[in-house]
Amino acid sequence: MSILLNSESRVVIQGITGREGAFHTRQMIAYGTKIVAGVTPGKGGQEFEGITVFNTVRACVQEKGADVSCIFVPPPFASDAIMEAASAGIRLIICITEGIPVLDMVKVMAFLKDLDAVLIGPNCPGIISPGKAKVGIMPGPIHREGNIGVISRSGTLTYEVVDQLTRVGLGQSTCIGIGGDPIVGSSFIDHLKRFRDDKQTKGVILIGEIGGTAEEEAAEYIKAEFNKPVIAFIAGQTAPPGRRMGHAGAIISGGQGKAQDKIEALKRAGITVQMNLGTLGRTALEVMGQDTARP
Amino acid sequence: MKLHEYQAKDIFRKSGIPVPLGELISSSDQATRATQIIPGPPWVVKAQVHAGGRGKAGGVKVAHYPYEVVTAVESMLGKPLITRQTGPAGVTVNQVLIEEGLEIERELYLSMVIDRAESVPAMIFSQAGGMDIEEVAAKSPHLILKEHVDTSSGWMPYNGRNLVYGLNPLPSPTAAKGLMHVMANLYKVFVTLDCSLVEINPLVITKDGRVIALDAKMSIDDNAMFRQKELLSLDDPREKDPLEQMAEKYNLNYIRLDGNIGAMVNGAGLAMATMDVIKMAGAEPANFLDVGGGANEEMITKGFEIILKDRRVKAILINIFGGILRCDVLARGVVAAAGRTNIRVPLIVRLEGTNVEDGREILKKSDLKFLVARDLSEAAELVAQQVSKTERI
Repeated sequence: MSILLNSESRVVIQGITGREGAFHTRQMIAYGTKIVAGVTPGKGGQEFEGITVFNTVRACVQEKGADVSCIFVPPPFASDAIMEAASAGIRLIICITEGIPVLDMVKVMAFLKDLDAVLIGPNCPGIISPGKAKVGIMPGPIHREGNIGVISRSGTLTYEVVDQLTRVGLGQSTCIGIGGDPIVGSSFIDHLKRFRDDKQTKGVILIGEIGGTAEEEAAEYIKAEFNKPVIAFIAGQTAPPGRRMGHAGAIISGGQGKAQDKIEALKRAGITVQMNLGTLGRTALEVMGQDTARP
Repeated sequence: MKLHEYQAKDIFRKSGIPVPLGELISSSDQATRATQIIPGPPWVVKAQVHAGGRGKAGGVKVAHYPYEVVTAVESMLGKPLITRQTGPAGVTVNQVLIEEGLEIERELYLSMVIDRAESVPAMIFSQAGGMDIEEVAAKSPHLILKEHVDTSSGWMPYNGRNLVYGLNPLPSPTAAKGLMHVMANLYKVFVTLDCSLVEINPLVITKDGRVIALDAKMSIDDNAMFRQKELLSLDDPREKDPLEQMAEKYNLNYIRLDGNIGAMVNGAGLAMATMDVIKMAGAEPANFLDVGGGANEEMITKGFEIILKDRRVKAILINIFGGILRCDVLARGVVAAAGRTNIRVPLIVRLEGTNVEDGREILKKSDLKFLVARDLSEAAELVAQQVSKTERI
């Protein structure tokens, strides 16, 4: 089993007729993802690539049994789109949108507190369970089905890592980009817990970066409760304090969020920290072992 | 977006947070007149730059006579101020704030930030005011009080009591009331203006029991600018590096650094990791440049031109993992930029992902000279070789 997403997942695309939404919907269909509906308010009843477009997420759930949503809605409307999906009963919400105001995310997180929905992102590449389905914007062909779980705050950096894993013969169970914003819907720990309980996953690669303390918290959790091998990589050792490094959440502020502190916390927890990104694949092969290469 | 102290204080004044009387000037002949408007002596002369650490760098001076105000203003205006946050060249002071001096009884610290782990705004309050708060947090964490705010109810009076009655010794009833008033208004400012940080250090209690924001630091969430348009006029481009300004115009994420290896990468995480790779190869990155996932040819061309404009750059590493950004688009952009500018430094190219063969072909067919790296390890080696060559020269 993979986590959160499999070949049975029924996906609705919010913002399906927009430029990004349309492009990536085609890519997801090509990968084999079951896209059952789209949402663009005001365009209900239209069709896109043979998929029915609805005005509301609620209609997609009621009429098409959608249980996963992927959001490509522009920043000013994205928090509303997340809340709409959650209230309609969607169990897994993936928000790709970059540029949502932080205070909007504060509201979203308060809203989600009493609901069962899992939110991945925003500002993320999405989630892929190789060989089963992909919901997001990552290039499908670099992935291969296997036993390594990947959790990351970044997009292209994750592709780099996945590509190396695939090249050394290590396939992936599920890869999740949790997003580069200061507030994201789910954390390293949320997904580590799922990987712990997933039989297909034999080891996890954790890709962090400067800003916040999510990696430090993950280190504590892994030390206390996680029993599979973990390799961590932290981007931004050369990042100057006080500057936002592309991602809204990648900033060293108030003495917090330094790469060095994260690396030390992970090492203290007994986790292998890869310093050289170029050889991460090889390290993974040594640590995870050949036998994890078979699905 | 960062605001100047005087801009933040204007906002405070309109929002019911008391600030000292002050006058902003941008030429020294306005200084004497300012002393006639602003109560004093003493007066405080404060350089208006975004960088912190002004006090220790000579950017804040107390004057007891009008001529001292003039001297202080002249020592700052038009001159570079070098603080621990500016880098060795410093930043030019274009404006100076002249304020009334106050009789201070107590200095406190007050700020509001987003607590990322809890996903809520948090107010931070400390009786160790006027000091570097990071140092206080490290040495005496018990002096730092934190209050999380439930945004559905907003700031409640009990939030204020939790902080104010944590002071030791307790303030006078008048000062306590003043503090709670400032806190409630600070929260309002934070949420209405989409702030990512508001900091008052120090927040003072004067001898006559008033609570006044002696300093003000404010940053606005860049993601919220679409609904804070009236704040756009407060942006001061003079505070930014010219190359960073140019990048902003083309929607490129560019940050200038101190090294000499230029880098162009797609994606923020990979861009940071590429900087780290350069460092591990024994060199220093000259910049962070994330051209983004959806970059077009024009953006690539501009990004490459910006790197080439930086005279310190001795070699350039292009590291692209094509996802949405296709390698052929990247290659065309680089070739276009090369056609317009004379490339005088070695170029190392690592392309991978979508349409990689097309991209490599386009580069090969151009008359561009470049080194191809098959993977990131090889890219690092090539960077290291270039560095040792430069050092020999």
